[in-house]
Amino acid sequence: MKNLLLASAMSIGAVMAASSAAHADCAIQNDTELSSLTAGFEAWKSVTDAMAECGNFSAELDQEFRTKQPAAFAANPSLYQIGGVSNGTITPLLNEGTIRPLDDLVAAYGQDLSPNQLIRIDGQIMAVAMMVNTQHLMFRQDIFDDLGLDVPTTWDEVIIAAEAIQEAGVVEYPLGGTMKAGWNIAQEFNNMFLGFGGTFVNDDGTPNVNTDAGVNALEMMARLTEFMDPEYLVSDSTYVQQQFQQGTIAMANLWASRAAAMDNPDESQVVGLVNTASAPMAVDGGAPATTLWWDGIVIASNITDEEAEAAFQVALEGIDTDMVTENNEDAIWLIAGYQPNRLAEGAIATATSNPAPQSYPSSTEMGLMHTALGNQLPAFFTGELSAEETLEAIEAEYLTAAEEAGIL
Amino acid sequence: MKFRTFAAFVGPSIFLMLLFIAAPLVSVFTQSFYLTQPVVEIVTEEVCTPGFLTQTCTTETRSQPVLDEDGRVVRETTFVGLQSYRNVLEPQRAWEAVSNFDFRGLLAIDFWKALRFTLTFTLITLPLVIGVGLAIALAVNNAAKVVRGPVIFVSLLPFIITPVIGALSIRWLFVGEGILTRALEWYLERDIAMFAQGWTIELLMLFYRVWHVAPFAFVIFYAGLQTVNTDTVEAAIIDGASRWQRLWYIIIPHLMPLIVFVALIHLMDAYRVFEEIVGFSSQAHVISLQWLTYDFLQPDDSGNRAVSRASASAMLTMIGIVILLIPLLRKTWRDHRGVR
Repeated sequence: MKNLLLASAMSIGAVMAASSAAHADCAIQNDTELSSLTAGFEAWKSVTDAMAECGNFSAELDQEFRTKQPAAFAANPSLYQIGGVSNGTITPLLNEGTIRPLDDLVAAYGQDLSPNQLIRIDGQIMAVAMMVNTQHLMFRQDIFDDLGLDVPTTWDEVIIAAEAIQEAGVVEYPLGGTMKAGWNIAQEFNNMFLGFGGTFVNDDGTPNVNTDAGVNALEMMARLTEFMDPEYLVSDSTYVQQQFQQGTIAMANLWASRAAAMDNPDESQVVGLVNTASAPMAVDGGAPATTLWWDGIVIASNITDEEAEAAFQVALEGIDTDMVTENNEDAIWLIAGYQPNRLAEGAIATATSNPAPQSYPSSTEMGLMHTALGNQLPAFFTGELSAEETLEAIEAEYLTAAEEAGIL
Repeated sequence: MKFRTFAAFVGPSIFLMLLFIAAPLVSVFTQSFYLTQPVVEIVTEEVCTPGFLTQTCTTETRSQPVLDEDGRVVRETTFVGLQSYRNVLEPQRAWEAVSNFDFRGLLAIDFWKALRFTLTFTLITLPLVIGVGLAIALAVNNAAKVVRGPVIFVSLLPFIITPVIGALSIRWLFVGEGILTRALEWYLERDIAMFAQGWTIELLMLFYRVWHVAPFAFVIFYAGLQTVNTDTVEAAIIDGASRWQRLWYIIIPHLMPLIVFVALIHLMDAYRVFEEIVGFSSQAHVISLQWLTYDFLQPDDSGNRAVSRASASAMLTMIGIVILLIPLLRKTWRDHRGVR
């Protein structure tokens, strides 16, 4: 019994010592109980660890955050003070007014933020971005060098390169694709559709995918699948990442946030061999066929102003230059002090290309459209429906859902 | 038993059933006839998002819910009758397809596609589960006493594995470069892609479900076998009945109530097939009714969920189960009355 007491006393002491040591890295002393709900990928882990150094802070990292966040922030008082969002997931929070405008807080504490980081909606700052993400071309530099291939800039060139790689017999399936039924395949279509100059919905909320751009996008995707492992309809980002790491594919349009894993010697057999380039264009001279994404922080509405002030200060500590210097490789940071490495070249080339790709057009309509696409697109790839029939089915499902959601 | 004692024993259970089964059911039933929507307005606003180094600002027109003075979304609930059922069933499109004998067109509608798979799945696994369960039970019953314990333990293993985990394990064994696919490819000397077409995924699902549920049937049948009247069996042996005749004329009739019980439970379970769809990520090729309900309820990135359609689809699933169970329930009811 005595030993047990001693042991627990020692462990409490150790925890206290650890937490007081941690405080040293944070410029402010936080006395307000704070918590955050964010996605669970590596960049968020680095950011919330940095926030935790200020004390009295607990982080919840959850890949299912998008289903929890709207309800948790609608509670009064809100269950979390700080939220991590992307341009896709900020919409329900904006719609329900559960996040607060940050203009005053930015004016008071945000002198180190660059204007690029401030997400403005109708003039008000609603979020502070910390990183960008995009799907771009990742390819095996060694294979391209061996075969004397140029890095493709359009999808047609991707197909030519894929043919050459397949003929040379380097890998059986040269292309990877995040074509898993549901969210992933819908996003692949979005990229290609925007690349062919499509717009998803008209201003009155009616669907607009059954167009030339829609048919072109589907036909291009179908041509690409000929170079993919035939099980592409179950292949998500993690699967494509593993295909790269195991050297079974030579090219893929994959998320920038997956690039760092290529050089992780614990998992990857292709360390140093994968390079990145701008996302290919669907039509020559157009914007790269991809969308730009950002991840950033928001502060809840349903909390006191004092809590919001403390939360904002702690959040800024999480996305400061010190954090970036320590975790430079985790993301394409938008924060001062970021040093782009070899694997960041593709994302930067994509984001700075002219004309630039669109930001993912997040809205209630787009949410419904994304779901309809994810549900109906597989029928085209399994050969059940033709391109036009598929696009018709997508529009029909969208119309039903939009009427039910009260948009039409 | 006195009524008060009876009520005291049964009361809590009835209360919990009302609270956790009947009440949600009534609520889902009501919700399937109503539609709750936010009141929306169309707004045009300038949205500025980061590029790398410089921002891009675009003007966007989109709809947005109206908020009241407390900052809550204004919602309206309207009675829509059978509209949600129509949205799920798409009767007009379905009827057109049926009257043109266009089977493919019918299966392009989510509900009918899901119903096709759910029914095939249920009706194929049912005899297999009963057959395999009975076979294991007979084998164990005839095995030497020494090995019986270990054999029972091994046969029960699949049943205690969490369904989703079991489905995922099978998937990992067979997907892409999975170890079993590799082995098959090496043995057959050809390229195999189990997840590239619907029918192979369906085969894996059927195999998985039978593997997973047969132990349940086995346990029930094994218990039943212990109560077979040995005098009757001995008499049959003396009369020269073969092993097969003994099984067919004595053991199976004796086990009949248990077979009906296992069939009832299995029909109810298999009609709600869900884990296999998620575990095998088969949505591209096959979906089930339960998965359809789940898909309606799952919010998208903008927070929309189709609660009314989900309720309608849930009610339709329940109606389907009831229809499937009617023949078995009628049989049980007749037997029950016959005894009296």
